[in-house]
Amino acid sequence: MPVAAKPALKKPVDTMSSQGLASKKASKGGKGKTPRGKDMDDMSEMGEVGDEWMQQKTMVKPDDQLELTEQEMKEEFTRILTANNPHAPQNIVRFSFKEKVFKQVASVDQLAIHFTLDGNMLHKDSDEARRQMARGGLAEAAPSEPAVAEGEEKAEPAAEGGEGEAKPEGEGGEAEKEEGATQTAPAAKDGSKKLTNQFNFSERASQTFNNPYRERGTQTEPPPRVNFSSTANQWEIYDAYAEDIQRQEKSKEKKGFRGQQESTSRKKISAIESQGDDISRIEKPAKILERMVNQNTYDDIAQDFKYWEDVSDEYREQEGTLLPLWKFSYEKSKRLAVTSICWDPKYRDLLAVGHGSYDFLKQTRGLICLYSLKNPSFPEFIYNTETGVMCLDIHPAYPHLVAVGFYDGSVGVFSLTEKLQEPMYKCTAKGGKHTDPVWEVKWQKDDLDNNMNFFSIGGDGRVVSWTLVKNELLCTDVILLKLDESPADGADGTQLFTLGCGTAFDFHKQTDYLFLVGTEEGKIHKCSKAYSSQFLDTFDAHHMAVHSVRWNTFHPKIFLSCSADWTVKIWEHTSNMPLFTFDLGSSVGDVAWAPYSSTVFAAVTSDGKVHVFDLNVNKYEALCEQVVVTKKKTKLTHIEFNPNYPMIIVGDDRGYVTSLKLSPNLRKIPKEKKGVEAAKGPEVEIAKMDKLLSLVREPPPEKK
Amino acid sequence: MSEVEEMLKRIQGHKGVIGIIVVNSEGIPIRTTLDNSTTVQYAGLIHQLSNKARSVVRDIDPQNDLTFLRIRSKKHEIMVAPDKEYILICIQNPSDN
Repeated sequence: MPVAAKPALKKPVDTMSSQGLASKKASKGGKGKTPRGKDMDDMSEMGEVGDEWMQQKTMVKPDDQLELTEQEMKEEFTRILTANNPHAPQNIVRFSFKEKVFKQVASVDQLAIHFTLDGNMLHKDSDEARRQMARGGLAEAAPSEPAVAEGEEKAEPAAEGGEGEAKPEGEGGEAEKEEGATQTAPAAKDGSKKLTNQFNFSERASQTFNNPYRERGTQTEPPPRVNFSSTANQWEIYDAYAEDIQRQEKSKEKKGFRGQQESTSRKKISAIESQGDDISRIEKPAKILERMVNQNTYDDIAQDFKYWEDVSDEYREQEGTLLPLWKFSYEKSKRLAVTSICWDPKYRDLLAVGHGSYDFLKQTRGLICLYSLKNPSFPEFIYNTETGVMCLDIHPAYPHLVAVGFYDGSVGVFSLTEKLQEPMYKCTAKGGKHTDPVWEVKWQKDDLDNNMNFFSIGGDGRVVSWTLVKNELLCTDVILLKLDESPADGADGTQLFTLGCGTAFDFHKQTDYLFLVGTEEGKIHKCSKAYSSQFLDTFDAHHMAVHSVRWNTFHPKIFLSCSADWTVKIWEHTSNMPLFTFDLGSSVGDVAWAPYSSTVFAAVTSDGKVHVFDLNVNKYEALCEQVVVTKKKTKLTHIEFNPNYPMIIVGDDRGYVTSLKLSPNLRKIPKEKKGVEAAKGPEVEIAKMDKLLSLVREPPPEKK
Repeated sequence: MSEVEEMLKRIQGHKGVIGIIVVNSEGIPIRTTLDNSTTVQYAGLIHQLSNKARSVVRDIDPQNDLTFLRIRSKKHEIMVAPDKEYILICIQNPSDN
């Protein structure tokens, strides 16, 4: 730079120097220092050059130069030389997946690589080298060696010849020799390649300008994350297996199923159901909850039902009490009387109540309510009917079928599983319905064709058997309740019969064909299903309408009857005279035998009392006479014993059903001897009854 | 559908019942007769407890399942009826006269 500067500067210096000289000479006054002047000229030229240069240096001052005070100018700044790479980024941030935040990378790589060259030298003992040599062949190794040797020899004379030559050339020669050697070696291998002249061959390399590297990187946004947690319990595994089995079964079904369309339609239905209204899906838990709430509210009653035993019974030998438990009612049934009650044979806590009206003049609608003991505040099932319900019966084998007899003489069968308000089967006027109210219905065993059938008795004097065939009810007259033996003569010469009015019937527990019919006239007829025109026997039982006849649960010969003439009578069906007669002081609505004893029965009267008798204990009086209704003037209409629990239910004419628990005295099973547990079973009960009867009965004639 | 609504109304109107909450399987209350803060509190806590109780019952016997859960405290009783998708919670004061 200074070498170049000088000639460059000289020009301006020349121009300026003359000016400067002139000025300087003028200033100095020209003291005749010519020799010095010369020197000065010489020196001054240099000095002037230097001066000019220096002047040039000092004169230039940029406009934006910092104005600093003297102190600041004297301030010392330390400058440190570091090995930091100025091109390296100073803050790199990376997303840490572990901590889910952006974090600054602690140390950044400061290494700056200016030049890299990958070498291609192999150690001759390494695998790759050996492979290469193997490829080249050992034979080639031999010529390569002499080639190398030749090269060396050539080099030697070359070196000798070129002693005087400059060293770089010799080095070049050596380099050439090496090159030549390497060149000749491969050349010797191929044999076909052109041999390069090792003296003139020169390799030239040049390097282009390498662009500086810049590193660029991008980072995507971290993917959205959701927390997932799960457990693997024994039951979860079990559920998974159960689901799998279900799926397998379904697929098997589908394979065996011909109607594939049906299966797809089923799928659609199920999909719709699952999307259905949310509220309907909480039906089950809502039901459970309701029962729980009720259980809490009526907790004391439930406890009583289960555990309460009247302790005072120990002190009263011949008396018992009835403990009131739940009271079942439905708001819409409060105007209607309870016309029939029935326990469900399968579900021990379900009871069916039929509502209607006994009043001939005030006939309105009817109601069927099914209550569960677990929920006394609201019925499980409700069916509204147009006419009053007079009687109902639940099928012993199919507990969802309820046979119902109406006030208008028709009968119907309700199915509890179907969500219909209408009966599943209903008889029509053509179909032979009764022309008077149906007083009792009873299910029978399936007939020969396996069709279900039931019997009904109506005020028109007919006992009809109804068979459920497909969707219809087929009726068959079983018997007509003729009043007189001799028929009156009709106009055409046909024989007209006056028919009585049947009010009650009951089928024998053991002999299927035998049944009893109670009439409004007070007679009880013993009939057989086989004989449709004649009665087997007739009892002049009561003076007024017979309200109920019941066969004894155990003893095959004994039955009960109750009537509006205030009496309850016990009969042996072979004899015309009643064995026992009880006067209860008021019209007896209903009687029922106890399911656990052959000598216990209960009756309800219209003065609101329940009478419980145990003939084994007291043959003349009731063990318990208790008013169970809160309001006076409430008539009790029906009574039923629960087959499993020691309780009775009583229906009244205000639409309430009251449940009562029997105290221990009322459910006595007599002990044979002290300390020996009383044997239970029908035989024992029968024997007990027999023993009783033998005391009462007149000595039987020889025939019986 | 309306049957269930009526049932819930009956329960709500029963003697001593303070409130009912219907919670779905995730613990979010769907229906309630109580105020918001109480509902949220009950829903969150009871839902966890119910699941734990069910887990206990099923762990012991996988074929068994929880029918209902009662938590009786000094002041009142919390009744929980769990289902596959829903949990019904009812708070009743049983000795309310």
